[in-house]
Amino acid sequence: MAFPHRPDAPELPDFSMLKRLARDQLIYLLEQLPGKKDLFIEADLMSPLDRIANVSILKQHEVDKLYKVENKPALSSNEQLCFLVRPRIKNMRYIASLVNADKLSGRTRKYKVIFSPQKFYACEMVLEEEGIYGDVSCDEWAFSLLPLDVDLLSMELPEFFRDYFLEGDQRWINTVAQALHLLSTLYGPFPNCYGIGRCAKMAYELWRNLEEEEDGETKSRRPEIGHIFLLDRDVDFVTALCSQVVYEGLVDDTFRIKCGSVDFGPEVTSSDKSLKVLLNAEDKVFNEIRNEHFSNVFGFLSQKARNLQAQYDRRRGMDIKQMKNFVSQELKGLKQEHRLLSLHIGACESIMKKKTKQDFQELIKTEHALLEGFNIRESTSYIEEHIDRQVSPIESLRLMCLLSITENGLIPKDYRSLKTQYLQSYGPEHLLTFSNLRRAGLLTEQAPGDTLTAVESKVSKLVTDKAAGKITDAFSSLAKRSNFRAISKKLNLIPRVDGEYDLKVPRDMAYVFSGAYVPLSCRIIEQVLERRSWQGLDEVVRLLNCSDFAFTDMTKEDKASSESLRLILVVFLGGCTFSEISALRFLGREKGYRFIFLTTAVTNSARLMEAMSEVKA
Amino acid sequence: TTTGLILFFQSGRPLGAGVRLGLGLRMNRTKGDEEEYWNSSKFKAFTFDDEDDELSQLKESKRAVNSLRDFVDDDDDDDLERVSWSGEPVGSISWSIKETAGNSGSTHEGREQLKSRNSFSSYAQLPKPTSTYSLSSFFRGRTRPGSFQSLSDALSDTPAKSYAPELGRPKGEYRDYSNDWSPSDTVRRLRKGKVCSLERFRSLQDKLQLLEEAVSMHDGNVITAVLIFLKRTLSKEILFRELEVRQVALRHLIHFLKEIGDQKLLLDLFRFLDRTEELALSHYREHLNIQDPDKRKEFLKTCVGLPFSAEDSAHIQDHYMLLERQIIIEAIDRHLESAGQTEIFRKHPRKASILNMPLVTTLFYSCFYHYTEAEGTFSSPVNLKKTFKIPDKQYVLTALAARAKLRAWNDVDALFTTKNWLGYTKKRAPIGFHRVVEILHKNNAPVQILQEYVNLVEDVDTKLNLATKFKCHDVVIDTYRDLKDRQQLLAYRSKVDKGSAEEEKIDALLSSSQIRWKN
Repeated sequence: MAFPHRPDAPELPDFSMLKRLARDQLIYLLEQLPGKKDLFIEADLMSPLDRIANVSILKQHEVDKLYKVENKPALSSNEQLCFLVRPRIKNMRYIASLVNADKLSGRTRKYKVIFSPQKFYACEMVLEEEGIYGDVSCDEWAFSLLPLDVDLLSMELPEFFRDYFLEGDQRWINTVAQALHLLSTLYGPFPNCYGIGRCAKMAYELWRNLEEEEDGETKSRRPEIGHIFLLDRDVDFVTALCSQVVYEGLVDDTFRIKCGSVDFGPEVTSSDKSLKVLLNAEDKVFNEIRNEHFSNVFGFLSQKARNLQAQYDRRRGMDIKQMKNFVSQELKGLKQEHRLLSLHIGACESIMKKKTKQDFQELIKTEHALLEGFNIRESTSYIEEHIDRQVSPIESLRLMCLLSITENGLIPKDYRSLKTQYLQSYGPEHLLTFSNLRRAGLLTEQAPGDTLTAVESKVSKLVTDKAAGKITDAFSSLAKRSNFRAISKKLNLIPRVDGEYDLKVPRDMAYVFSGAYVPLSCRIIEQVLERRSWQGLDEVVRLLNCSDFAFTDMTKEDKASSESLRLILVVFLGGCTFSEISALRFLGREKGYRFIFLTTAVTNSARLMEAMSEVKA
Repeated sequence: TTTGLILFFQSGRPLGAGVRLGLGLRMNRTKGDEEEYWNSSKFKAFTFDDEDDELSQLKESKRAVNSLRDFVDDDDDDDLERVSWSGEPVGSISWSIKETAGNSGSTHEGREQLKSRNSFSSYAQLPKPTSTYSLSSFFRGRTRPGSFQSLSDALSDTPAKSYAPELGRPKGEYRDYSNDWSPSDTVRRLRKGKVCSLERFRSLQDKLQLLEEAVSMHDGNVITAVLIFLKRTLSKEILFRELEVRQVALRHLIHFLKEIGDQKLLLDLFRFLDRTEELALSHYREHLNIQDPDKRKEFLKTCVGLPFSAEDSAHIQDHYMLLERQIIIEAIDRHLESAGQTEIFRKHPRKASILNMPLVTTLFYSCFYHYTEAEGTFSSPVNLKKTFKIPDKQYVLTALAARAKLRAWNDVDALFTTKNWLGYTKKRAPIGFHRVVEILHKNNAPVQILQEYVNLVEDVDTKLNLATKFKCHDVVIDTYRDLKDRQQLLAYRSKVDKGSAEEEKIDALLSSSQIRWKN
């Protein structure tokens, strides 16, 4: 239970510095607008901001009132307005309407827009078009790395996924490169770099450019982190689409962890109020169960409860002095533990209730069948029934995508009938969602094999045809075949079952999916780290459609300590799931590594599907 | 909601806008609603391992923890709150914004005290920044990560390197009027966020070279910046022609046009590229922005002839017809409801409008309010089924859910009764009788009704399971009798009430000499 790290496991670098940097930079920016001011904050920035600053800090820098950026006229009467926003067109329009309304009424105020993590030219264009360029001053708050935990850095950019993997917009690649640059400035250069995916390669190249432009000063530093591994989300959609069954993942799927904290409702807190709970390594109870398969969690919690009881019971035979000691020294810790314990027990109960209702067992069985590729007909009719009963639209969509990717697309007859039923059950406008899923390669129709291959080779030829000075579509709307079956065989993703898979004593990373499947993304990382290269993985890389986008870059390791060489930064472009994090933490314990995770956002199947959905408010 | 339906019957909230919110909202619908609606959970217990064991373990731990509560709860929890935020922490930014929204204008003085209570453990240790010292010193590089507490410490670092070199001056001051930047220098400056005039790139060749430099640098923001310039300075034919062979840039332009909402240029672009399907979908997407149902309907009509795939054309046609029909039904039903003469609307007032609901939801609605209508009306379920080619299975499932909700057991009966040519009646269910039973049970069907359908379940094990679960004693008893399973019958005797008719029935069977028991 809660495997300790090996004694030789390397120490993690201290990432709290990133918080201080971000906070100080924000303070600096606020000071650029001296005097009292009202601050308008975009909803998506509120939680990240809460993690590094609080109201009294803002007050100290003469922020008077706080408002949320929303489509409502502002009631502020302040002479200075400051906007803290993501670089989005709709925010620009909102600000413009405010400023223009002031102008109409003959009012003059000072306006400042702080873009986080950076501004976009398209935003400035809108300010110009709306006639307020020059009336507002613009600044950038390069807050792009939020440490959510000791080993987890999030860029808190969920839109990265849709922008890049659906729309093909590369606007966030520079943000990623800047973040990597900051990390190498603070924690030394990375002697070994690996990556797979088109976006990974571009981010890597842009980052390298950045480093070259700056003086070579970072190179003289001793590296703290020995390896960096960049990976595109579309290299492995399958893992992200599976139901999660390790505790942290399950909590995320059930209650949605947002920016490292979760809202537990009355059904969990067994009181009439909701609680916002920070979930990280500092929560001692959570830290011991977060990576566990859900079936182990009960046992652990009841053991803990018994121990706690015993510790409280000790007070019975105490004399006054001992009691005094107990109260002053131990009680606080026990109370804290008690509170955490009852929260997590409440969460477990609530999860059990929900999952029993939705027939989770049956669902998991279907997922496993899809992963292993048997009983496809049965799974298809299971999905159909889901749709007919109008069970959650997101869940139905997710299952269809899983079927599509594991089967290299749906056979045309199934595609048509499932789509028709879906539109009938959840609304015809989802036609747009299907079109998006097809473009992203998440839900496709099987095409006759030969034509597709011909087109594919033509496309890949164009891609490498740089002599013509044209970089052509590498991931056009043409369905790339996912080849999941072949990859799964090559990489042994479905462990052979001889007897029961003991989830209490996991033997491989498959435990995060009840022993049924080793997450593809994590397996790739494991294999490459073992070889320190892509050597021998050519076939896998080809099947992943990444022949031009798998790279390694090693520098001399003489300066890297052996400790740093066991620290690995994994960068997920497009999001990673808690299951993947748990799997790699497990791998780290087995091999004496420690992984650090950098993701554009923590994701799960529902978030991926919602990002593809066109039907939003 | 999926189903907005549920809301008709269960939610007291006003719905109008909520219904149109789409997926985001749908996700939030509780499972409970769903269950109520479809009543189709299979009741198979969720088990990872050994469920009974785990659950009892969980219960036990809960008891243990709860038993400690008395001892623990009387103290205040203040010190705990700081360790892991409880509730919406007082002083958090989200909390404060809610406060502003709640009572804008009102005084905050009284809360200051509360606010200061919340301190972030890490922040508390930092020196309070005063406006006199320079913050830029904080951005200086350090060879080893450590604390920034001492200013002199931070300054004495020798290989001082600024992490935020641009912070000192606002970006605008970097404006550069030099005309000498090469295309590659220009895109590099753009990447750094510097304002940089592109006006000197006037020949097509220069413009394209600039674009290619931007693309090869991979920064989407710069690619878009160049495209904005190109869009302004090139005719659209030339722009489109050049982008057709530059796919990366083309995708950026398409996304940009979508974002700023330049629908006209976007459609022109698709037309130029001969991407007819995307053209049609893009046009169709606009209907989401039209709130007025009649206008939306008229708009959908214009979509019908667009070059969709054959398959999608049919869906668009259906969408148009569905909304057209919903508008008619809505008008009539609203009138009926307000007139107060119709029993069904008096007994079960509508909680939401049927407009813009999915087809299946509409079918449920019409099975609920208009079940007996002649096939000729727009609101009749049979008419809906025929017009939209709703599969039998889907129809039966939906009608059953609706009629069971109304406890109209005769309609339920009729739904599964077929007559053969000799006039004999027979029960048939395209969805399987086990599902029928579950849906009926969820709607609190009386035992006699349940019993009848449990009996129709073919698989004996499933039948026994359902009968036991729903306490259809007669079915259980008869089945064991037919199986000649004396042991099971004996065991079941302990599960029925003492002195009940069921117990008598079991006793009579057990003592019967007519039956040859197998055990």
